[in-house]
Amino acid sequence: MDNNPNTTILNEVTKGEYKFGFYTDIEMDTAPTGLSEDTIRFISAKKEEPEWMLDFRLKAFRHWLTLKEPEWAHIHYPKIDYQSIIYYAAPKKKETLNSLDEVDPELLDTFNKLGISLDEQKRLSGVAVDAVIDSVSVKTTFQDTLSKHGVIFCSFSEAVRNHPELVKKYMGSVVAYTDNYFAALNSAVFSDGSFCFIPKGVRCPLELSTYFRINAANTGQFERTLIVAEDDSYVSYMEGCTAPMRDENQLHAAIVEIVALDRAEVKYSTVQNWYPGDKQGKGGVYNFVTKRGLCKGVNAKISWTQVETGSAITWKYPSCVLMGDHSVGEFYSVAVTNHFQQADTGTKMIHIGKNTRSTIISKGISAGHSNNSYRGLVKILPGAANARNFSQCDSLLLGDQCGAHTFPFIEASNETAIIEHEATTSKISEDQLFYCNQRGMNTEKAIGLIVNGYAKEVLNKLPMEFAVEAQKLLSITLEGSVG
Amino acid sequence: MKNTQMQQGLPLDEMLLGTFERSKGLIAANDTPKVSRLRDAAMDIFRECRFPDSAHEKWRNTPIESLTEEDFVQQLSPSQADKNLEEMFRCEVHNFDTEIVSMLNGWYYDKKSDLRTLPDGVVVGSIGAAMKAYPELFEMYYGEIAPYALNGFTAINTAMAQDGVFIWVPDGIKASKTIQIIKMIDLEENLFVQNRNLIILGRNSELSLMHCDDSINQHCSLVNTVSEFVVGENAQLKLYKLQNLNDQSGLVNSTFIRQEANSNVKTNTLTFNCGLIRNCVQVMLNGPGAHADVLGLYLMDKQQHVDNQIRIDHNAPNCTSNELFKGILDDQASAVFNGYIHVARNAQKTNAYQNNNNILLKPTARINTKPFLEIYADDVKCSHGATVGQLDQEAMFYIRSRGISEANARLLLMYAFASDIISNISIEALRQRIDDMVKKRLRGELSVCEKCVLHCGSPEKEYHFDIDYSKL
Repeated sequence: MDNNPNTTILNEVTKGEYKFGFYTDIEMDTAPTGLSEDTIRFISAKKEEPEWMLDFRLKAFRHWLTLKEPEWAHIHYPKIDYQSIIYYAAPKKKETLNSLDEVDPELLDTFNKLGISLDEQKRLSGVAVDAVIDSVSVKTTFQDTLSKHGVIFCSFSEAVRNHPELVKKYMGSVVAYTDNYFAALNSAVFSDGSFCFIPKGVRCPLELSTYFRINAANTGQFERTLIVAEDDSYVSYMEGCTAPMRDENQLHAAIVEIVALDRAEVKYSTVQNWYPGDKQGKGGVYNFVTKRGLCKGVNAKISWTQVETGSAITWKYPSCVLMGDHSVGEFYSVAVTNHFQQADTGTKMIHIGKNTRSTIISKGISAGHSNNSYRGLVKILPGAANARNFSQCDSLLLGDQCGAHTFPFIEASNETAIIEHEATTSKISEDQLFYCNQRGMNTEKAIGLIVNGYAKEVLNKLPMEFAVEAQKLLSITLEGSVG
Repeated sequence: MKNTQMQQGLPLDEMLLGTFERSKGLIAANDTPKVSRLRDAAMDIFRECRFPDSAHEKWRNTPIESLTEEDFVQQLSPSQADKNLEEMFRCEVHNFDTEIVSMLNGWYYDKKSDLRTLPDGVVVGSIGAAMKAYPELFEMYYGEIAPYALNGFTAINTAMAQDGVFIWVPDGIKASKTIQIIKMIDLEENLFVQNRNLIILGRNSELSLMHCDDSINQHCSLVNTVSEFVVGENAQLKLYKLQNLNDQSGLVNSTFIRQEANSNVKTNTLTFNCGLIRNCVQVMLNGPGAHADVLGLYLMDKQQHVDNQIRIDHNAPNCTSNELFKGILDDQASAVFNGYIHVARNAQKTNAYQNNNNILLKPTARINTKPFLEIYADDVKCSHGATVGQLDQEAMFYIRSRGISEANARLLLMYAFASDIISNISIEALRQRIDDMVKKRLRGELSVCEKCVLHCGSPEKEYHFDIDYSKL
């Protein structure tokens, strides 16, 4: 065998094990396999939804039937059979949960294993959690504290029941069901998700967080998140996800919509760690997600931060529509791919209002046999006077079997726009390694140091809680090459 | 014999399909068996795919159907030389001795012979004559570099192109003079022209080539050119493309360059005027140590549109490439830049650089730029950049504060922006010539006039802006 220390280390990269691959045996309530109008009616009935919600779903489904699965992304996978997926799976529950004691202990255990405390003992951590298992929200914590400030943070189904006027007003206003293939699918079959509303002038006292978990086999997860920040409000929102190890591929098609009104600020952070498949590229989650924020008011700001380490396939472009004058969009991303993972991810910044600004920082790290693509659009419409964009997309290659690609699209229709795009692709330089080595650091540690330094710019943007988790994840994903 | 063919009312693609069926014998008159075979295969492709339109992702921002839906005539044999062609082809660069190859309305034009060997051993001639003289070279290279299935334009060119330029620089020969291809369009009808060029550089050879596309009148024409370049080991190629057609015309120019080990290619595409231009340049770095510089400058105004599709394939280790395209867009002009660097798995130690800078002068000008990288090797250095902006306001203020008029200050800044490309032209006389043309173009003086487009032959003094530089 090859004894080159570099190769050995890179081989070890592929030994990083997925730590959240366990399966919890919970009694489940599932829909019959397959997709038809009946499935949708079943889901809607299960959730005791009002008529308008069912209409919305059916409209979306009929539109979905007319669409073709997109093929432009730089990813390859066998055709998904949409009829072999279970579109609804929920932990069986007896009654509405009133206290934590009524939560299935198996379930509590699941979340404890994941390090997420549903029980409110960790009051000090100051994070309100909405836990979503197999696309159904099981428990939202800290609701009392939040409601004192007028903040609504609950599962999507609850929002449909208790705040229909808000849901009606904003759902689909950023990502219409006609937006794309997966958005249409989600609009038809979504089962739950989180809803968050920050009223005028409120600075949300807690970090809000949703934890997504796929548990059941053969199911797809279709959740939907809607965040509305009224004038002068602020919220920081975090999202985490894991799934058990399974041989078959599971589909995850989510929608996240953010609306920011005048001077509102929304910070959305994701640590995505769906099961990425095994070393041979078997299994793993197909992650087809539509995330978009609308800066509707003046001086609004939406900031996306994502650490993407999981999923067999990632197809995800968190975007900002900068409609209000002086609004700001930001996108910070670290995407790590290993084994046979494929990521096609990036962002869209659509400048509509005057003096709008956007920043894109994207760091791709590819190892093993993976392919990692950045795909981004910066579009300046004729009315967007003095728009400003800066993009930087760097790729790091670890190993000679992986690929790193950059597909930026820049469309400028206004002569006052200033757009800069920079990208580099390289491996860890031998000079850097040599320097670390001669200072007594072994190669493995050195690579760890360099990769962490490389991703720092983005990790720094994460809320503290998440930054720690993200750094750990980065190490696990690249175990062997990262210290 | 009437040499123009036209069926009124038929779309261009239908007309071409019909002509091919009827006049295959005439079109393929000089063919080697391979060329003939390729024609049929390419026609099958064209029958399926037809001309692209803006529904195709690669043509999304280029309104090519505005041209392919026009009525055109086609010439299946050369027109009579009843004009004073010497007068017409006086585009030679002042103080610059070139070997001129003339093409009129898509046909090779030389009073003496269709194929000649220059004193230094370089063979120049029409593609038809060369097919007869050097069938073995055509067997080896023709159609090998340009993929005819790439799109409708390369397919129909492979199927139906009848004439073009053939240049062969045998092993070890260094062409002593720059060869200048002048292509003129001058017909009182809308003309569809297809040219096919094959240029072969043997090992250790050297060639510098100027390729000028011009039109004389204001009639609409559509020129579809495919050029194949084979650049042998250690060979050096310099290619300058000057494009100056009228505002009604369209030019689809596909250039395919295959480079062997340690070869060096420098291409410079200078787009001054044309209704719609699509430049496709594909460079395949197939041998280790090869280097390519792919540069371009586009200065567009009115409703002109330029589309540069540049693809560089790093297929071998230790190759380097450098891509720089700069453009200034005025009025309602629009531009597309799509750079694409592909680094194959074994192409280690690649060093590739790609940059596209644009200046928009009016609110109505538009630019779409897509600098793509696709990389499968790990030991590489690849970077790209793209910018869209305006003239530097601070520089502007400085120049204005020195008492120079706003118009002149703008000229100066635009000229400075373009000079990155101009200064890369290594033939001194040509560089000066182009420098002058850029200055004229920026002043709006260079446009298609009645007589001659470039006034290249008329000796004149060096062109200067009316600026007192001592003030700066």
